[in-house]
Amino acid sequence: MKPTSHAFKETATRALADEQLQQALSNVRRGFVEKRAKARAGLPEFDSLRDQARDIKEHTLGLLDIYLEEFERKVEGSGGQVHWALTAGEACETVLEICRRRNARTVTKGKSMIGEEIAINDHLEAAGLKVVETDLGEYLIQLRGEAPSHIIGPAIHLTRGQIEQDFRRIHTQFPSDRPLDDASHLVAEAREILREQFLAADVGITGANLLIAETGTSVIVTNEGNGDLTQTLPKTHIVIASIEKIVPTLEDANTILRVLARSATGQEMSAYTTYSTGPRRDGDPDGPEEFHVVLIDNGRTEMLGSEFKDMLRCIRCGACLNHCPVYNVVGGHAYGWVYSGPMGAVLTPSLIGVGGAGHLPNASSFCGRCEEVCPMRIPLPGMMRSWREREVAKGQISLGQRLAIKLWAYLAKRPALYRAVSGATIGILGALGAKRGRFRWLPLAGAWTGHRDLPTPQGRTFIALWRGGRGQR
Amino acid sequence: MSQADSNARSRILGRIRSALGAASGDGERRQAVDSRIARHPASLVPERARKQGNALGELFVEKLRGQKATVERVANAGDIPETVARYLRDANLPARIRMGSDELLAVAPWEKTPALERQSGPANGDDLVSVSRAQTGAAETGTLFLTSGPENPTTLNFLPDTHIAVIRADDLVGSYEDAWNRLRAKYGEGELPRTVNLISGPSRTADIEQTMVMGAHGPRRLHVIIVG
Repeated sequence: MKPTSHAFKETATRALADEQLQQALSNVRRGFVEKRAKARAGLPEFDSLRDQARDIKEHTLGLLDIYLEEFERKVEGSGGQVHWALTAGEACETVLEICRRRNARTVTKGKSMIGEEIAINDHLEAAGLKVVETDLGEYLIQLRGEAPSHIIGPAIHLTRGQIEQDFRRIHTQFPSDRPLDDASHLVAEAREILREQFLAADVGITGANLLIAETGTSVIVTNEGNGDLTQTLPKTHIVIASIEKIVPTLEDANTILRVLARSATGQEMSAYTTYSTGPRRDGDPDGPEEFHVVLIDNGRTEMLGSEFKDMLRCIRCGACLNHCPVYNVVGGHAYGWVYSGPMGAVLTPSLIGVGGAGHLPNASSFCGRCEEVCPMRIPLPGMMRSWREREVAKGQISLGQRLAIKLWAYLAKRPALYRAVSGATIGILGALGAKRGRFRWLPLAGAWTGHRDLPTPQGRTFIALWRGGRGQR
Repeated sequence: MSQADSNARSRILGRIRSALGAASGDGERRQAVDSRIARHPASLVPERARKQGNALGELFVEKLRGQKATVERVANAGDIPETVARYLRDANLPARIRMGSDELLAVAPWEKTPALERQSGPANGDDLVSVSRAQTGAAETGTLFLTSGPENPTTLNFLPDTHIAVIRADDLVGSYEDAWNRLRAKYGEGELPRTVNLISGPSRTADIEQTMVMGAHGPRRLHVIIVG
């Protein structure tokens, strides 16, 4: 998908005015946030586990090359094959080659963010393959030709009514007067259609929530069971995974799983967590004949040596999106690429360049909720600040902004002058607006007054009050 | 590995080493990895996973029910056929099951339930009910561990509408760590069967307006029978 992150201001403005989207987003605020709080309260060790999960990833990233080599050795030892891809293009080509060699025509896919990132569907479809997304949310957005708007709830921007309309328009094999006014009707219909696809597919592609070096295993976490049907029924199972997904041992995977579902959906454990090691063994009555893992860099090694290294701890749970006041009102599509919310604001500039995504690190109120809820304790606000600094350093902000910041810095470094100017400003504004009690318009404050009034300042500045009132509180 | 792959491999590993300031073939780093994998130390294990005996079983049942599975307990393996038959009757399901040849199930006295039709082998898309055996189960979240193998087809756990999983009470443990150690004892250090399914409830989705709907692609119902 072609990023449109450069147009964040326009897409965000449109999102704010989109009533259906606002209705759909209200579900995020209600659902995920409350459920996570409940799950956290239900496990006294939760916050300590977050520390340990962070430490596991830190340890692993420091020895990443060796853990990857060890993983490769174990996969090959169990009869699987490991492929390496430096770029999205190489990864897509590797997957296509495997499909071609297996004479594949139909591919089923489990939900995978790296798949979205490298746009694997486009690549395979351009080569004439049929690609079917099997996660319900991914299926819904595939029908609409859209990108996911949330890491774990790709179709969270849609209302039930919109989905019903899509189903009536596209699933013309069913009677037109069938009832579809309940979520369960829609799920049943999608289940029936996708069941045929599972059974017919030649290749199944999944992502990986974790890769385990100890055993050469890839792990997926789902609630629907679609990932399992995707990787069990076809003759070939291809795992696409970015290199930072690796952890050393089964024990390390346990720790991360204990914080993953709780942070994501508020479940203690997702319905299905599946460990896949190699192809089917001698005597196995089912399972794939071939097992491939494509290890993808696509920008990770560059992040590893930068101040954005901590972002490689991310386990894609979506907690930072759910708790972000900006994400909560603009939704995922406004961010213009596959990742959204605070993690997207940090990751997208790393992967597509700050030139095209410079607005994203600015789409933050710096309230710090994202860092507070992150199971891997990633300092997201700090990294957004780093991007802003880089942007300023590269001169990518407007002349007006630069002058304003310079003026403010000049004043802030001179306390007496600062007090005099701020006191005078408050005094003048207070006098000018005394009658109405608010300003509908002010020069240089259009971004504020365009959407709401500015209240008239009352009384004196904070510093003046503090000085005058000291000891009389 | 193709030429392109092997080129990408050395470039990725080279970039990692240069980002980390590490030299290739550094014995100390290699040693750190080998030792971690050999010792596979556990991190913090939640207190609740340390329960024993009855309390352990109760936690396992409570957690499974919390994830919308149904659970019952029988005295011994001889009770499995009648329990399955009664469950199907009560749920108004046809008396036909698909199952593997796992020892625990194979030796059960199925002749006691002649009306229950049994098919064996992997599931196809038409099976309505499957019965399979869980190797172990972790009480901390009510999670079953099912392993693939000649006697245990993986498809049984996902294709049928109703999945009945049987587990011996002796195979119940507290934590995931305990469960993996059971599997290590069976398969060896660093070795796993092709598939290990950790199952904590029936299939579900909340992709439509966060409304929970059961039976997205996998089983709508998960019934767990604890034996012993």
